[in-house]
Amino acid sequence: MTGDLLTVSGLTKAYPGVVANDAVSFVIREGEVHALLGENGAGKSTLVKMIYGLVKPDSGVMTLRGAPYAPPDPHRARTSGVAMVFQHFSLFEAMNVAENVALGMENPPPLRDLAARIRDVSETYGLPLDPHRIVGDLSAGERQRVEIIRCLLQSPRLLIMDEPTSVLTPQEVGILFQTLRKLTAEGVAILYISHKLEEIRALCDHATILRQGRNVGTCVPRDTPARAMAEMMVGSAFAAPARTDREMGAVALEVADLSVAATGQFGTSLRAVTFAVRAGEVLGIGGVAGNGQDELLAALSGEMPVAAGAVRLWGEPIGQMGPAARRVLGLLTAPEERLGHAAAPDMSLTENAILTAAAREHLMHRGFLRWGAAEAFTRRIISAFDVRTPGPSTAARALSGGNLQKFVIGREVLQRPEVLVVNQPTWGVDAAAAAAIRQALLDLAAGGAAVICISQDLDELMEISDRFGALNEGRLSEIQSTHGLSVEAVGLMMGGAHGMEVAHV
Amino acid sequence: MMILSSIDPVLLLASLMVASTPILLAALGELVVERAGVLNLGVEGMMITGAICGFAMAVNTGSPLVGFIAAAAGGAVLALLFALLTQFALANQVASGLALTLFGLGLSSLLGQGYVGIKPPPTARLDLPILSDLPLVGRVLFSHDLMVYFALALVALVWALLKYTRAGLILRAVGENHEAAHALGYKVVRIRILAILFGGACAGLGGAYLSLVRVPQWTEGMTSGAGWIALALVVFASWKAGRVLLGAWLFGGVSVLQLNLQAAGLAIPVEYLSMSPYLITILVLVIMSADKSRAPASLGRIFHASQ
Amino acid sequence: MLKLEKRPQPSRLWTWVTPILAVVITMLAGGALFAALGQDPVEAISTIFWQPLFGEFAFYYRPQLLIKGAPLVLIAIGLSLGFRAGIWNIGAEGQYIVGALAGAGVGLAFYPTESWVIFPLMVLAGAIGGWVWGTIPALLKLKFGTNEILVSLMLVYVAEQLLAAMALGLMKNPEGRGFPGSRNFRQYESAHNAELITGTGMHWGVVAAMIAVILAYVLLSRHILGYHIRLAGQAPKAARFAGVRSARLILFCLGTSGALAGLAGMFEVSGPAGQVSIDFNVGYGFTAIIVAFLGRLHPLGILLAGTLLALTYIGGELAQSNMGLPAAAIQLFQGMLLFFLLAVDVLTNFRVRLSRPEVA
Repeated sequence: MTGDLLTVSGLTKAYPGVVANDAVSFVIREGEVHALLGENGAGKSTLVKMIYGLVKPDSGVMTLRGAPYAPPDPHRARTSGVAMVFQHFSLFEAMNVAENVALGMENPPPLRDLAARIRDVSETYGLPLDPHRIVGDLSAGERQRVEIIRCLLQSPRLLIMDEPTSVLTPQEVGILFQTLRKLTAEGVAILYISHKLEEIRALCDHATILRQGRNVGTCVPRDTPARAMAEMMVGSAFAAPARTDREMGAVALEVADLSVAATGQFGTSLRAVTFAVRAGEVLGIGGVAGNGQDELLAALSGEMPVAAGAVRLWGEPIGQMGPAARRVLGLLTAPEERLGHAAAPDMSLTENAILTAAAREHLMHRGFLRWGAAEAFTRRIISAFDVRTPGPSTAARALSGGNLQKFVIGREVLQRPEVLVVNQPTWGVDAAAAAAIRQALLDLAAGGAAVICISQDLDELMEISDRFGALNEGRLSEIQSTHGLSVEAVGLMMGGAHGMEVAHV
Repeated sequence: MMILSSIDPVLLLASLMVASTPILLAALGELVVERAGVLNLGVEGMMITGAICGFAMAVNTGSPLVGFIAAAAGGAVLALLFALLTQFALANQVASGLALTLFGLGLSSLLGQGYVGIKPPPTARLDLPILSDLPLVGRVLFSHDLMVYFALALVALVWALLKYTRAGLILRAVGENHEAAHALGYKVVRIRILAILFGGACAGLGGAYLSLVRVPQWTEGMTSGAGWIALALVVFASWKAGRVLLGAWLFGGVSVLQLNLQAAGLAIPVEYLSMSPYLITILVLVIMSADKSRAPASLGRIFHASQ
Repeated sequence: MLKLEKRPQPSRLWTWVTPILAVVITMLAGGALFAALGQDPVEAISTIFWQPLFGEFAFYYRPQLLIKGAPLVLIAIGLSLGFRAGIWNIGAEGQYIVGALAGAGVGLAFYPTESWVIFPLMVLAGAIGGWVWGTIPALLKLKFGTNEILVSLMLVYVAEQLLAAMALGLMKNPEGRGFPGSRNFRQYESAHNAELITGTGMHWGVVAAMIAVILAYVLLSRHILGYHIRLAGQAPKAARFAGVRSARLILFCLGTSGALAGLAGMFEVSGPAGQVSIDFNVGYGFTAIIVAFLGRLHPLGILLAGTLLALTYIGGELAQSNMGLPAAAIQLFQGMLLFFLLAVDVLTNFRVRLSRPEVA
């Protein structure tokens, strides 16, 4: 099985203002796991969308098993034997598993037969699934199974997986890898997109590395040190954030027996969450997506008021207060979704600075806005956090993800919070910006603030937090010191394999 | 008591079937549109355009059937304008729907200049042999014109389409999550345009039923809120075809009953009775709106396949 | 093939060019429409847009501009606040009627007493009447989650029936020899919204509209409440994060727009209309929706747009009497204006590009 399955040569795709892919070429052989490695914004997604027929290349050609391959739409890609598991799932929450699978197939059998086949395939590959469950009620890991089974039912020759492990616990990653190895043993080739080097070294036969839309190198991951791959990916080395030893102060924020009903039909309820964080401390809260992170942030920010005593700041009950009152007291937050939640897309940066800083930075007087002061504060954020933008009057949506995230974090950090809660502070952010944001959080803690960092990136949490806990189905695990914590222990805190069986390989 | 006894329940039920048909048709069309994730508030405008198109064509050709076809076409053409605005120019759906209604009201009264005070050709009643001679049931259920049965058949058709067919599955998928549907290769915009056109045609038919059968004549602004009631009906029905029928009968019943009470000379001024369908609509919205969970998740959101 | 490309940020230039472009396109399409009706398009357009301002009888029509424009601007200012916040009050017509009924009711209750307090009381009653009618959908939305679009619209039909009931019943002029309609406020000095300066069309409603424009401008550009209104409309989740209480915003926007519409109705019934009659309302509440959008939901824009739409009303009447152009043609014309505005609006947020033929 060493024939070439898919060859990509000279693929180029330009969008206004950015060349997403510049003459990218590589070859995937039958039955191999081929990694596509690169930072956020390196052009990985555009590249796979071209292979899957969602985006048409400006130039360049592809061949599939020697024949010219130019899918005009995903239907054609699927009939040619190319299937894809999306990073942000292409699922329909209000529909059941069988309907979701049917929607991703070219000629699905009647739903009753399909349900039976879903059961068969899911058992063969150790990915148990009930075809009649509503997808909105499934965990992130289970949703990914829906996507994978949808692909497997069409017996693909090439399976594209876009950042598949970002929603899995370490144990679930192990099971996924077994499934993938079983597939490659059957001759299926896998195009595996990731920025996690260790995973790629464990799983992949070949790797193509993208940087700023260009193919900057290929390697055999097993024989290449992680450091060398990282340098190819990033282009230069970054200093890891510096942690200084510091004194912990008094308990700044205390959450006791916090229970909250789910927001929205498919949300997660928080169940008796209890923790405390001290001044000067960074508390990391991990967990797979959809286990209550958004709800926890909403309960802490005040967007979702709770029982007064469930949240205490410096011992005072604040659970019933709204976001504005909590900010005045020094509890600041930065939610995960930058555009639309942390910032209003069509508003200028100055207007977005007012969003959370109006009272604390005296940007208004008796209800009237002080635009001059607001603009000065915005300029301060821009310069202190190196936000690349033409100026304070630029709309938030015009900023790149990393720059907007620096702006959002900077806006809160510069307000001198006593407690700062951030959710996914470096999600989708390039390495340089991520390092800067982590450093800012550490500096804030060194200055005596309490920091709670909710994140799905375990490496990040191990790097910056003093203690670690994990959310699993709305419950918070016991909180442990990060010092000497093993990956297995962390995985178990995150809920282990969520009841998945090991594949019968 | 005197008053109630002067109302014949059989006639009342029979006219309920007739009174509910216009909003049933319009609401059914809007249901499909909303299941595809589009909120078209222009039902009133499309209905009244259908009312005049159907009326004018029926009068000029002498054939109510031609009238109904023209009404469906008229409603669909107006809906096409909405589709262009919202699917290509990516305009706000609420504003576009309002524009459609204002435009439709103006257009219809202009088109209707020469048709005030004319009687349309009668739409034949389709007496079903034997069945229509049955006592009570015959008069209530089996002696109506073709459009009543057509509307009922359409309910069944839409229900089956949404529940059992792949086309229905895809339509619902587009309404639930247009990004995901696009990622799987479905033509979101094309599917939505088709749904919008269907909605327009249905609204047009509903309007024509008003001007050709229910009233039957042409007066300016004659839909008087029926299109809006149809919109409320979709909420009432929790986006389910079967319950649209139930809701239409409820509203049909209320409007027939208040007309009967007016005719019976109840000691309440006519104006207060005339308010009742609108007040009932509000009441029904109050009762039914608590549970929004059945609404299609992408309803009213703008879709643009960027990158 | 034409392709749309999202602009990195909304174009300021196009924000203000699109309304003008829409007016021009509407004039062209309207001309075509009038030609189809067998009229000379140039003459029709000039009758509507030129004659009232600069024609022979301009001295009569110019004051009309203020009389027709004031209610449009007053209502549209209120609507624009809600529209900006994503709160859709489309029942201004009903609030306008109820405001008029409340104001007229207070005036008629005092008849024939003469006192300076009567008119201010009527103004207050008008505002409260509209406020109540606008607050009903707000309360129902907050308590039961009903859609304010449908409820506020249903209340228009209820208000129309109420108007008819009043004109034929409670408020009917006892000395009116059985004709429907109330006493005429022109013959009741204390309750009459008279012209402030003779021959100009200037009345208290115009003053109120001007004040509303200024206050709305200050609110939207300088006050935190105005900021919250804009934020809630553009990014509801971000607004909640900022600490905006949507319940208060809904009550404020629907209540305020109701009160302003009620004021417009009250000034109209006690002045230009003169009495409560069955056909008192002429659709200002709906035309104001067009005014609000055409004015970009901006107070100064609304002032201009309101004047333009007032012109179409006056010019339309002129064209009706001089050329026999049907009244419906003007209604259609106004509807087209909103249509074209929404269509060309795409240019504000998107760039239109001619894409090369696809090379796959």
